[in-house]
Amino acid sequence: MMEALIKDIGFIIGTTLMYSTPLIFTSLGGVITERSGVVNIGLEGMMCFGAFAGAAGAYFSQDPWIGFACAAIAGGLLALLHAIACVSFAAEQIVSGIAINFMGTGAALFISRMLFDGATQTLTIPNKMPLPLNFLFGEGKMFASSGFMDLVFNRFATVYIAFLMVFLIWFILYKTKIGMRVRAVGENPEAANTLGISVVKIRYGAVIMSGVFAGLGGAAMSIAVVSRFSNTLISGHGFIALAAMIFGKWKPQGALVACLLFGGAKGVEIFLGAKGVPVPGDILAILPYVLTIVVLVGVVGKTTPPGAIGKIFDKGESA
Amino acid sequence: MDALALSRHPLWGWGYSDPTTLFGGVKCLETIDFFHKAVEMTDMVKKFGDFTANDKINLIVHKGEVHALLGENGAGKTTLMNVLYGLYKPTSGSVKINGNLLNIKDPNVAIKNGIGMVHQHFMLVEPFTVTQNIILGNETTKSMGIIDLKKAEKQVAELSKRYGLTVDPNALVQDLSVGSQQRVEILKALYRGAQILILDEPTAVLTPQEIQELAQIIQNLTREGKSIIIITHKLKEIKQMADFCTIIRRGKHIDTVEVAKVTEEDLASKMVGRDVIFKVAKEKQLRGDKALEIKNLVVQDARGLPVVNNLSLELHKGEILGIAGIDGNGQKELIEAVTGLRKVKSGTVSVQGKNITNLSPGKIINKHKISHIPEDRQKRGLIFEFDIAENLILETYFKPAFSKWFTLIKERIYSNAKDLIHKFDIRPEESEIPAKALSGGNQQKMIIAREVSNEPEILIAAQPTRGLDVGAIEYVHEALINQRNQGKAVLLVSFELDEVINVSDRIAVIFEGKIVGIVDAQDADEKQIGLMMAGGTE
Ligand SMILES: Nc1ncnc2c1ncn2[C@@H]1O[C@H](COP(=O)(O)OP(=O)(O)OP(=O)(O)O)[C@@H](O)[C@H]1O
Ligand SMILES: [Mg+2]
Repeated sequence: MMEALIKDIGFIIGTTLMYSTPLIFTSLGGVITERSGVVNIGLEGMMCFGAFAGAAGAYFSQDPWIGFACAAIAGGLLALLHAIACVSFAAEQIVSGIAINFMGTGAALFISRMLFDGATQTLTIPNKMPLPLNFLFGEGKMFASSGFMDLVFNRFATVYIAFLMVFLIWFILYKTKIGMRVRAVGENPEAANTLGISVVKIRYGAVIMSGVFAGLGGAAMSIAVVSRFSNTLISGHGFIALAAMIFGKWKPQGALVACLLFGGAKGVEIFLGAKGVPVPGDILAILPYVLTIVVLVGVVGKTTPPGAIGKIFDKGESA
Repeated sequence: MDALALSRHPLWGWGYSDPTTLFGGVKCLETIDFFHKAVEMTDMVKKFGDFTANDKINLIVHKGEVHALLGENGAGKTTLMNVLYGLYKPTSGSVKINGNLLNIKDPNVAIKNGIGMVHQHFMLVEPFTVTQNIILGNETTKSMGIIDLKKAEKQVAELSKRYGLTVDPNALVQDLSVGSQQRVEILKALYRGAQILILDEPTAVLTPQEIQELAQIIQNLTREGKSIIIITHKLKEIKQMADFCTIIRRGKHIDTVEVAKVTEEDLASKMVGRDVIFKVAKEKQLRGDKALEIKNLVVQDARGLPVVNNLSLELHKGEILGIAGIDGNGQKELIEAVTGLRKVKSGTVSVQGKNITNLSPGKIINKHKISHIPEDRQKRGLIFEFDIAENLILETYFKPAFSKWFTLIKERIYSNAKDLIHKFDIRPEESEIPAKALSGGNQQKMIIAREVSNEPEILIAAQPTRGLDVGAIEYVHEALINQRNQGKAVLLVSFELDEVINVSDRIAVIFEGKIVGIVDAQDADEKQIGLMMAGGTE
């Protein structure tokens, strides 16, 4: 009885980690760009495009890592468009983001049709992301297979990378020179400009990195959680990641907690579904969202976005 | 014209061979190295579209010199300094720094060449600490770009000690007073090794005490051979702090004078091109009925402390009541409470016997006819993106004069703007440029134009002349007195004691949220009021 309960908990934690990972990557991307003052609601499109590029790359190369890299490049390229529009041409950031969303999903389906005989989904990839700690589990190893430890810790490499990235981005944002400049540009670009910091370069860098991370988030879905891209794979995850970033108060560690919360609700949903709890599936499916709103409204409280967020930086009549 | 102006520069004219003998004995010039031109700007032209903001301006500043720039609002002082700092690209003209011809294409070049600038509107990252703000863009790092905050804090502490710029390196900038924020700005420049320091209206937001501290700091800096360019509208400060003064009018170089050799009146008339009356004349007038009555008012600040503490005050028709006091004694909250911008905790505010406590600002403005010239023109006085005409009807747009059914009547709005621009001398005389493109002083004139033209019964003016040139100040004072002469009531809040004494009929001294005394302006004694402002007894 006790053992079964522990196993159940292990299962929920495990699925939580798995489902949180794509959100964590994408959410980190959101943190980076918004901290530099550029709103990026195109994360959804970038994630979708990244998921496709990741699966296609992994399929053709038979190497998930190459797929992972393809996803980063694909997301980054799409983000470059957003940067050109918003930073160089002072376009309305929300509008550009919406356009990017259409483009990302559209491009993914279009290229998929070209490469996979008119199908809007890729074929199953031969090799998924590896399980780096797999050697610890099993018969005669340190931990028994399907035990609590196995369920929780025997996870895809992407999960560990995501957690590492949270730390890394936090460290860069708060402890390094480049991070301080990104935050300064997001709070007060005029001030940064007077100190000789190039607002344009910083924002380009940050927006492109946000695409890279959203792409990785997509791949974490298509080559780890599942093993192919399909047109409904991402549906909305980019927006959830965006929300997680806001709930996380524009901080990497905050975004992490919010993503875990979303993922946790998903984990509970899957668990209840698997147990055959007599609740309609649709009700279960809305559980993550309801839970999140309740917890966040209750716990998080007031948030303050970066000072210059969404505002166009106009050097005026400058040099 | 410019050659002439140059030849009139005290160092070029009159055929002196050795400039150092010329000023021997004048104390304030002793730090100057006349053989070393730190800054030499020649024939600087800066155009914004068709508008010429700087029209062939010449400026020479020597090592160790304090050079003042004087000019009316919108004369082009800030523009000229932005060009020097690399924020604006000049249309034509040349800049030499320490004798080297330079193309200052961005602030990086300026910083590298030892130029630092403290901007009219501070350039600080509010949620950052003092140290972070100071090192930003020039960070002290360990390996791999990791910031060495400990070391940076030490550097900042040393720097602040060396120049007497006291500030806590760990404090968040958003928690600092304006005076401290300014010290952070100066430290920012010094940290970058600035040899030439530009201060754009540094005293506009300071208390008299802080201004004296700044004067001391400037003196310390020139002793180290640094050059200072200071912009200020206060002639007294130019006399006190500067060695030379360059006067600009409507973008043109008018003259460069040695400060010790001219009077404040000379400076003022050179600046506006006519004689300026410093004390506006006002004939005696009997005061009328009670217009505004404040009884036992208690108002809390953001932290929940009672900053207006059981305050009672009466304002009568046909008088200007000045509120004298040091910044932070409840003036801001008092005004916000009366104008409906802040909730009153207890007590009452009434207009002609009607209670207006905690009514909405809209009701207070339009029904009870109280107009308000707010202290913070950027935040409260105007909408940056709107043009002048639109800003001028912010309170009246719905009236039949400007709208019909659901639409605004453009022609009337713009002809109204044309009238007011002309009447209040707002420059440039164009109703369709956004408020943000106006110079600080002209933004202020625009607000005053709007509030006065709304024909209030009671006019509340908070720091109405902050950042204005002497010509504009004269104008504002006239406008206030005009209101009074028409039998309207005026409440004037100012940190400038001179202003309060000159303009008011009665003076109420505020201290720690209470009125600690009321005197007639006629027999006001500056010393006595000063003492009351500091909490001393009469
Ligand atoms: N970016 C801009 N675009 C268009 N016009 C501008 C811009 N910046 C300044 N101007 C105009 O140039 C003129 C000079 O402005 P500037 O800010 O240099 O005045 P100032 O002498 O500093 O005045 P103040 O004492 O009020 O600060 C003003 O008429 C202003 O409207
Ligand atoms: Mg100015």
